Amino acid sequence: MQLDCTQTPDLMIVHVRETRIDAAGAIDFKDGMRDLTSADTRRVMLDLSHVGFIDSSGLGAVVAVRKFLGPDRPLELAGLTPAVEKVFRLTRMDSVFVIHGDVPAGAGSLRDVV
Amino acid sequence: MAMFRLVRAACVMSSDDPGEHTRIIINADPIAVRQALGALFDQLMAGRMSADARDAAQIVLAEALNNIVEHAYAQGPGEIELTIDISARGLTCRIMDAGQPLPGVGVPVGELAPLLPGEDLPEGGFGWHLIRSLSEDLNYRREGERNFLSFRISAQQYPH
Repeated sequence: MQLDCTQTPDLMIVHVRETRIDAAGAIDFKDGMRDLTSADTRRVMLDLSHVGFIDSSGLGAVVAVRKFLGPDRPLELAGLTPAVEKVFRLTRMDSVFVIHGDVPAGAGSLRDVV
Repeated sequence: MAMFRLVRAACVMSSDDPGEHTRIIINADPIAVRQALGALFDQLMAGRMSADARDAAQIVLAEALNNIVEHAYAQGPGEIELTIDISARGLTCRIMDAGQPLPGVGVPVGELAPLLPGEDLPEGGFGWHLIRSLSEDLNYRREGERNFLSFRISAQQYPH
């Protein structure tokens, strides 16, 4: 599971460089997110613009990431593609997460590959 | 190692409704499910139906297949047989496995856990809700040692 990271002074943007977060990759995703964020205290935004598909296991992994980040660093989401947006909406998880339409401009160019 | 086999035969379902019948055998393994969905939706379904209907179909199939991998075949390996009939009206999917039966007498209700402030968020329990929300004519039966699940995905999707 390739996760790239962009750092700004108050925000860490994690770009998921995979087309799917599914049952076969959910644990990898969760572990990767834990490795990237556990030594940091900034807000975390997940860039899902490359992710064309998520299943319920992938959704569960995103919820798990939100939970281990804790209430003071609520996970934010950006760049939801239509299938991903559909899964969040049907499970009402769209009401739980702060969801941004786009990844902040310039975020990709600040890439710091992890 | 081939993890799934695609058996495909073009056929005409009726004179004015050209359809197609596809049969896939999938190992009860999350990677094999991913590969089968990839083959179905990147190749077979590419350009067919609306993007919205294709998304709905992929979500329902992923949930149904992964449910079989995780639960029906929790005790060991096995195979899943998926047949898909494509018509102008949508997809008719039939899934057969030889694993454990669904608990209870039929398809789980799939009710979402309430999201209560201050309570732990659910990390699961979404699958049957997604299947019920996006499919029609959902049917399950146990015959002998086998499970048969069938449903339709309408080509015409309405806002949910």
